[in-house]
Amino acid sequence: MIGRDLIGIEDLDRGDIERILDTAERMREVGNRVVKKVPTLRGRTIVNLFFEASTRTRASFEIAGKRLSADVVNFSPSSSSLKKSESILDTARTLDAMDPDLVVVRHAVAGVPKRIADVLYAPVVNAGDGAHEHPTQALLDMLTVRQVKERIEGLTVTIVGDILHSRVARSNIHGFLKMGAEVRIAAPPPMIPAGIESLGVKVFTSLRDALSGADVVMALRIQNERLTGSYVPSIREYSATFGIDRAKLHYAKDDVIVMHPGPVNRGVELSHELTDDRPSVILDQVRNGVAIRMAVLYLFAGRAPRSDLGELD
Amino acid sequence: MSRILVRGGRILDPATDRDEIGDILIDGDQIAAVGESLDARGAEIVDAEGGWIAPGFFDMHAHLREPGQEYKEDIASGGRSAVAGGFTSVACMANTHPVNDDPATTDFILDRGEHDSPARIYPIAAATRGLAGEIVTEMSALVDAGAIAFSDDGRTIQSGGVMRHVLEYSKLVDGLVIVHAEDCSLVGAGVMNEGPVSTRLGLPGNPSIAEDVLVMRDLMLAELTGARLHVAHVSSAVSVEAIRKAKERGVSVTAEVAPHHLTLTDEATLGFDTNTKVAPPLRSAADVAACRRGLVDGTLDAIATDHAPHALHEKDLDFVEAPPGLIGFETAVPVVLDLVRKGEITPLELVRRLSTNPARILRRPGGDLAVGSIADIVIVDPERSWLYDPAKGYSKSRNSPWAGKMMQGRTVATIVGGRLVYHVDKGVLVP
Amino acid sequence: MQSEHPPGPGFPRSQPADDVRTILDDTGIRRALMRIAHEIFERNNELENLYLVAIPNGGIPLARVLAANLKQIADVEPTVGILDTTLYRDDLATTSERPMLRLTEMPSAVDDRTVVLVDDVVKSGRTIRAAMDALMDFGRPKIVQVVGLVDRGHRELPIKLDYVGKNVPTSPDEIVHLHGNDGDPSSALEVVVSSGPADEGHVSERSPA
Repeated sequence: MIGRDLIGIEDLDRGDIERILDTAERMREVGNRVVKKVPTLRGRTIVNLFFEASTRTRASFEIAGKRLSADVVNFSPSSSSLKKSESILDTARTLDAMDPDLVVVRHAVAGVPKRIADVLYAPVVNAGDGAHEHPTQALLDMLTVRQVKERIEGLTVTIVGDILHSRVARSNIHGFLKMGAEVRIAAPPPMIPAGIESLGVKVFTSLRDALSGADVVMALRIQNERLTGSYVPSIREYSATFGIDRAKLHYAKDDVIVMHPGPVNRGVELSHELTDDRPSVILDQVRNGVAIRMAVLYLFAGRAPRSDLGELD
Repeated sequence: MSRILVRGGRILDPATDRDEIGDILIDGDQIAAVGESLDARGAEIVDAEGGWIAPGFFDMHAHLREPGQEYKEDIASGGRSAVAGGFTSVACMANTHPVNDDPATTDFILDRGEHDSPARIYPIAAATRGLAGEIVTEMSALVDAGAIAFSDDGRTIQSGGVMRHVLEYSKLVDGLVIVHAEDCSLVGAGVMNEGPVSTRLGLPGNPSIAEDVLVMRDLMLAELTGARLHVAHVSSAVSVEAIRKAKERGVSVTAEVAPHHLTLTDEATLGFDTNTKVAPPLRSAADVAACRRGLVDGTLDAIATDHAPHALHEKDLDFVEAPPGLIGFETAVPVVLDLVRKGEITPLELVRRLSTNPARILRRPGGDLAVGSIADIVIVDPERSWLYDPAKGYSKSRNSPWAGKMMQGRTVATIVGGRLVYHVDKGVLVP
Repeated sequence: MQSEHPPGPGFPRSQPADDVRTILDDTGIRRALMRIAHEIFERNNELENLYLVAIPNGGIPLARVLAANLKQIADVEPTVGILDTTLYRDDLATTSERPMLRLTEMPSAVDDRTVVLVDDVVKSGRTIRAAMDALMDFGRPKIVQVVGLVDRGHRELPIKLDYVGKNVPTSPDEIVHLHGNDGDPSSALEVVVSSGPADEGHVSERSPA
């Protein structure tokens, strides 16, 4: 995988996903040590290119890089005084000149990480592009499910919320399907993307039906501007019809787990009591985030290989 | 007076349904003789063996960007690109800077066309002032200045009331009103066709119904007012059917389709290449099939490129920021030949839609190979294989989804008013 | 995740059966480990302080046998940990594929402990070097000693073994493996040498030597 780009779960096969999850399992142990650092990527340069602001994801990538002893450089073009429109070619060329071993890109518009990857020599990891994909989020979600449920194959995973605008939804749909789960989506009708059944998911507008017998419920974040009339008439109506609370969880399996990519709009997507304790695994998701990103950096960072792996003896 | 003999090609004259091997003799700026083994004395020979000889193609929808945006195209470079593609006449849209809603701008464009362009340039004036969709333009003054039709293309008149008024008023000058049909509130933030592909890519979708509702609205308004309507760049199956039904009812409507909507689907956007971003967007396979059928059965009368140049730095932005549009003069012929290769249309009928019909709709000379007619002629080699590199083309811009692709079929020579202005071995030959 | 590397894919195709030879069978291994346990007992005073650290995958069954032996000989139950050295390798910059990570399980701190690293096959010494670097990140052992079941020579670093099961001269091209390491403690172990160059492009699952 060295030198490959990670643009989306759509480009990975099941073997790739398992490799990343297995590696992340090992990386978790590093986070449990007193000295949370290994020399593995010492001297490597990882550039975080975040066009769209994000404290949590960027911090997670930064911690991951530093735990592997890499040099992490942060670029936030959106915070500079540059004009709003970034020339993709110029950005990629500027990056190339820094000789990075890996570039992490987040952008508000789908496709930018891919376009940069097409031009850049170094591998690109997509940290979220518009509504397209957020592969490391889906990977940490799959890792969390695998840890708690000890498998993914055969589970029923229900994703609830603003599917239309959600890259987390798309990446998770690809990922869980590839790993053999049944995936359902539930959303208010205007938030169901056109032709989404063609991806292989079952579509529901009734939350109750979508939750029936589910092993995993994933609630998505809904943006404020979409709660005030353009897509959904009000917060009250959304949380009554699609918010998850203990009562609604009775339709799911007894050992259902509740997930959320964060940050949670308490009382909107998840009721207050569900956010902190089991069946919520949200904190596990966050912890797994660093491990997954360490695994991704470990597996992908670097340039074209010079020689093959021999025996280290 | 100079003479040219176009020799030994397959003569395709839709005006007389002539499809046979022969020669065409040009004397001065007119066609002097059509037949076999014509006397070549004193004439420059242009060899057409193995190729088609057709009336020069007429592109009734192109953006030449002058005045105002000459960095991406001007009338000179656009004209050269047009003749390199086989187009002897080009009708250019009004969304320039300033907008062509004024006789002075129309006059400027005509003047530039006459002096700088090897192709004939016909300005289309705006239908509403500033393209703002509110107040009708001075159609009578614009026609006097030389405008050949009216269109707000680039924008759409969103208000039904205003469109009705525009159509009514156009009857004063028996004008043709060309509509770019898109209901903006249904387009929303859409940047590509709404469907399974936009869902996979996570890009906001522009549903085909945004085109359909506006096409249907304007068809009904045309029926009500009796005005002459032309629907630009049809891309949706439902719109094709609506136009078909309207024609059956006797509505005075014509329509055009672009080469990209006849061959590319929204799957071309996988990979996020902004050179596949166009308005209306590339649509589904079913829409493409319907457009092809519509072209063949005559529902869609003409092929028009909607040549829309944009600079590299403009297309090098993210998919939402990048402006929509593709250049099209030099790729139109090989792309639309696909319909001939697949047996869906005959060469003669294809030529009719590239040449005769546009000329007829716009009521301009061209589109036939009769003795005495203006000598606007194109020679096409339908088999010629070549690699398309927009950097080697004549347009100032390079935004094409066919960049780097092998093309089959090419214009090999273009003659405007009896002058050889382009030959594939020598390039554009004027001024 | 085992380091099992049975004959088959990964072995050079042109390999005739008699090119594989067992240099240490199960009986030999167990005798060597019993002797080594006695040597550890002999050399160390504070046996309660012992911390056996296995280098996966081959070191794991060996460390467990050593622990059982020490219990038998000296009635002590040394702590047994597992420390993967992959993240400390010095050759990651030159590889075309990142090696699989193996288990790390260090149940106690290493500070002030007598750490005995346990590896199956030692050749260049780089794995032991990596293990020491890893160990230092876990704390400050009082003493570090090294058990190598098989020492095949060809050192590239100044690493010495404190306890050796068997010295086996080999050519650098040969491959030396611990077989039978399948997680079942009753499986027979054996150390096998095979000839031929290292596999091209094969991401090694084999125990580092």
